[in-house]
Amino acid sequence: MGPRLPLMLKDAGLTAFVAAALGIFIVGFRTVDTGGGKGLSFDYHLVDLAVAVVVIFIGRLGLSMAANGQRWPAIVLGGAMIAAGASPMKLPSGFLHWFVALGGVLLVIRAIWPWASDAMSAAARTPSGLALGKARSRWFGWLLLGAAVLMPFTPIADQKTMDLGVLILTYVMLGWGLNIVVGLAGLLDLGYVAFYAVGAYAYALLSTQYGLGFWTVLPLAGMMAALFGIVLGFPVLRLRGDYLAIVTLGFGEIIRLVLLNWFDLTNGPAGIGSIPGPTLFGAVFAETPPAGKQTVSEMLGIAFDGNHRLIFLYYIILGLALVTNLFTQRMRRLPVGRAWEALREDETACQALGINPTNTKLTAFAIGAMFAGFAGSFFAAKQRFISPESFVFIESAIILAIVVLGGMGSQIGVVLAAVLLIGLPEWFRDLGNYRMLAFGLAMVLIMVFRPRGLISHREPSIRLHPAGSGGSG
Amino acid sequence: MTSSPSTGPLIEVEHLTMRFGGLIAIDDVSFAAHQKAITAIIGPNGAGKTTVFNCITGFYKPTAGRLTLRGVGREFLLERMRGHEIGQKARVARTFQNIRLFAGMTVLENLMVAQHNKLMRASGWSVLGLLGVASFQRAEAAAVELARLWLERIGLMADADRPAGELPYGDQRRLEIARAMCTEPVLLCLDEPAAGLNPRESAELNQLLVSIRDRDGIGVLLIEHDMSVVMNISDHIVVLDYGRKIAEGVPLAVRNDPAVIRAYLGTDDEANDG
Amino acid sequence: MAYFTQQLINAITLGAIYGLIAIGYTMVYGIIGMINFAHGEVFMVGAFISLIGFVICSSVGISSAPVAIVLVLLLAMSFSAVYGWAIERTAYRPLRGSFRLAPLISAIGVSIALQNYVQLAQGARPKPGGQVVSGGFNLFTADGFDVRVTWLQIIIVVVTIVLMAGFTWVIARTSLGRQQRACEQDMKMASLLGVNVDRTISLTFVLGAALAAVAGMLFLMYYGVIDFFIGFLAGIKAFTAAVLGGIGSLPGAMLGGLLIGLIEVFWAGYFSSEYKDVAVFAILVLVLIFRPSGLLGKPEIEKV
Ligand SMILES: Nc1ncnc2c1ncn2[C@@H]1O[C@H](COP(=O)(O)OP(=O)(O)OP(=O)(O)O)[C@@H](O)[C@H]1O
Ligand SMILES: [Mg+2]
Repeated sequence: MGPRLPLMLKDAGLTAFVAAALGIFIVGFRTVDTGGGKGLSFDYHLVDLAVAVVVIFIGRLGLSMAANGQRWPAIVLGGAMIAAGASPMKLPSGFLHWFVALGGVLLVIRAIWPWASDAMSAAARTPSGLALGKARSRWFGWLLLGAAVLMPFTPIADQKTMDLGVLILTYVMLGWGLNIVVGLAGLLDLGYVAFYAVGAYAYALLSTQYGLGFWTVLPLAGMMAALFGIVLGFPVLRLRGDYLAIVTLGFGEIIRLVLLNWFDLTNGPAGIGSIPGPTLFGAVFAETPPAGKQTVSEMLGIAFDGNHRLIFLYYIILGLALVTNLFTQRMRRLPVGRAWEALREDETACQALGINPTNTKLTAFAIGAMFAGFAGSFFAAKQRFISPESFVFIESAIILAIVVLGGMGSQIGVVLAAVLLIGLPEWFRDLGNYRMLAFGLAMVLIMVFRPRGLISHREPSIRLHPAGSGGSG
Repeated sequence: MTSSPSTGPLIEVEHLTMRFGGLIAIDDVSFAAHQKAITAIIGPNGAGKTTVFNCITGFYKPTAGRLTLRGVGREFLLERMRGHEIGQKARVARTFQNIRLFAGMTVLENLMVAQHNKLMRASGWSVLGLLGVASFQRAEAAAVELARLWLERIGLMADADRPAGELPYGDQRRLEIARAMCTEPVLLCLDEPAAGLNPRESAELNQLLVSIRDRDGIGVLLIEHDMSVVMNISDHIVVLDYGRKIAEGVPLAVRNDPAVIRAYLGTDDEANDG
Repeated sequence: MAYFTQQLINAITLGAIYGLIAIGYTMVYGIIGMINFAHGEVFMVGAFISLIGFVICSSVGISSAPVAIVLVLLLAMSFSAVYGWAIERTAYRPLRGSFRLAPLISAIGVSIALQNYVQLAQGARPKPGGQVVSGGFNLFTADGFDVRVTWLQIIIVVVTIVLMAGFTWVIARTSLGRQQRACEQDMKMASLLGVNVDRTISLTFVLGAALAAVAGMLFLMYYGVIDFFIGFLAGIKAFTAAVLGGIGSLPGAMLGGLLIGLIEVFWAGYFSSEYKDVAVFAILVLVLIFRPSGLLGKPEIEKV
């Protein structure tokens, strides 16, 4: 270790000091109501803070050791942290246990990372490794699809799992839709949820006011959302990337505020209820049929089961998501899809090649909006109740996080990210509170350490030489 | 307007002026360039050469002046056209001083994007393309064929499926030219294509440019600092200094023009590489 | 007329707060060309630190309002500055040279993380506090309507003016200001000439955060209640102010802040308070479409 140790200690000390300065007030002094309107008093959490600062000190020390190639000391420190976190030792809060243990896990991963990544990239570099990697990702896609199709018939398919499946698939579809805009065309859209809202309100209003059915409204809702996309996009798509992001955020908020305040149309914050669910060839999912309708169980001659509706919804959203995916995959191989990616890479060069940037962006924007519109109708039909609360900025941010984490432009990546970001927090309920915190931190960490996302491999949209043939290096 | 073919100029630049706030980057510059000819624009750093290109290709709107392109059967007033229309309708293509390839896309994809407008039409604005109609597939095959032709000419056939950003520098320069040529232009504007090339690559580039002039028969506007390239292959030279045209003519005449010598030797940094 | 004057006074107060936040956006944009989406959250953190500071003051028995205000001001400024520094250091600096949208995405991440961090640590419910100054005086009475100026409004405007003046002096006269302007012009060249670019950028974030913290304290004192979510709206409004004034321009930020304050207050006073935020968002959109360089900014022509 030698003379480097004092430096590392100093660095760790500085980090711990900054952490203490950051946390001292916000974490250390929790304000609580005194009761009786007498103002606030403190609930002190200084011990938690002290523990966290010590952990940060040790963690930072371990990280610098790992970075200096001193693997074993780092692994030992990490192991000690995991042990401390997992031990029944009494820490002031449950969160701290997680904090310590997760910190230890990250440290150990960091320490063995060079070995692991060396081994992995060496394996991937061999020709058979390359072919294997590609074949594997294709197989993986089919495998996922198979699992998704069969899921309702497996024993794990209780109501909770099915609900979660529907939720994840909704986000997968939204992620795929946004992937067209952000991943392919490189337009950072922070108001994507607005189009989701347009689709949802389109179905809610058309079905409750005019009695139109889900399958009639679905295409209409998609078209309406696309139209919104064109109208909003046309004036702003020539703006620079970050301005565009803020403008789309503004549009998203405007639409939400209008939904919130236009009582006559949207019923304001109270929302719209008793939205009919989707029908199967005109038959409804219910125990007793409403006047003039048939129930699905009557039609099929089977016993009524509340789960049938859920399974039906599951397959609808699975179908919608797959349509989104197939459509996107095809578009990518068409001239317009290539122009999207080219715009993402270099707009100036595109213009020099005679490509109309505004129109090209507009198609991406409108198509992305259309899929959000479809998903929105589905959401309204599934929930049977919608209100502006479902369409806040944070939803846009979650969908964006899914795209970013997955690897911008990668379809499989979106699925993985949706499972990770939506599925995991639902499963570990007690971590639910920390979910958005983790979300935010994950977005930062991905940008810093893996800006291309989980799946960074890009498959060319066209090849001259068949894949896998040695032609290239 | 001396030793140029008799067809009349392909592009005529008249009284072009470009101002940025108080700075006059181009000051009343006029010249013409012809089909089947290489017209070089030279001058010290900051003379305004790139700015001329930016005006011709619609990236800047000139403060004053007129840019007339006599293209296929029609006249275009470039200063009135929107940026992308100049590439699309007037068929002017360009490369950039600092390479602007689609780095994450493959070499072949770069050449396909260049044929965007043609392919968009063939794909029925994506509708026919989505349906997989045969006529679109034929058009796409033809586009690949054109790309293949250019890959052959720039010697990058084996690298067709590699990301363009991974290519060595010299290959990227040639790819950018091929990409511009895949738009099937009538006028090609090259901004310092030889910058950063080694002597062998530079000689290859000379051949490529000559073949573009002679085989493809289009007009080439060439900005270049490398005098071996300029003197060897250009038919006509325009010299700019501080935004003004100080000389013009065939290579031999320009080389011996006292104003040009002064402009180049007068500034220290240009003396050694001029 | 009286109603109008009253609204004007309220608008100027609000505009001063927005202006202080807007400076942070404009400075960061000027120097590294990124929208620091998390800046609104720093404002929110500053408000919370002020809230805690005031409670500490009252619990240790500091009863004099001016002393408490000065202490809390220093506390909030210095500790929020650490937030500004840490955010730049961990979330933005490693991304210089990454792809175009990376810093913005990272900033959104920081923003979400900070909101939830404060929510977890301090609870989701609105917190009352910071009402150490009360009272005021009647300016005049007309049409049976009292036009009042509160002491607090005077404090807000005075603090803002003093800080603005000090700040303008820093930018115009000190070596830090010179280095900042050098980095704005050409970062590579500045670093070749011996400007410590990293340090200059860090200091920009630190200054911006300190000003946002002041805004946070004033906001807390003015409204008397805060929650973890105030940074979002205030941040967007301040950003709108920066854009409206001309992003990159300091006087522009202040002017933009005032205008946004005026628009918001008058819209709510004369039209409908439900749509006052829509009005601000609409202005943001319209300015970006029709005059992206704002009122006092200089237009950018991209060199190719
Ligand atoms: N967008 C712009 N805004 C302000 N000034 C500009 C802009 N574009 C070019 N200029 C200025 O115009 C002048 C001419 O620049 P230009 O790039 O055309 O020179 P050049 O002849 O291409 O030089 P080089 O040989 O270095 O490429 C320079 O002083 C440059 O700073
Ligand atoms: Mg140039």
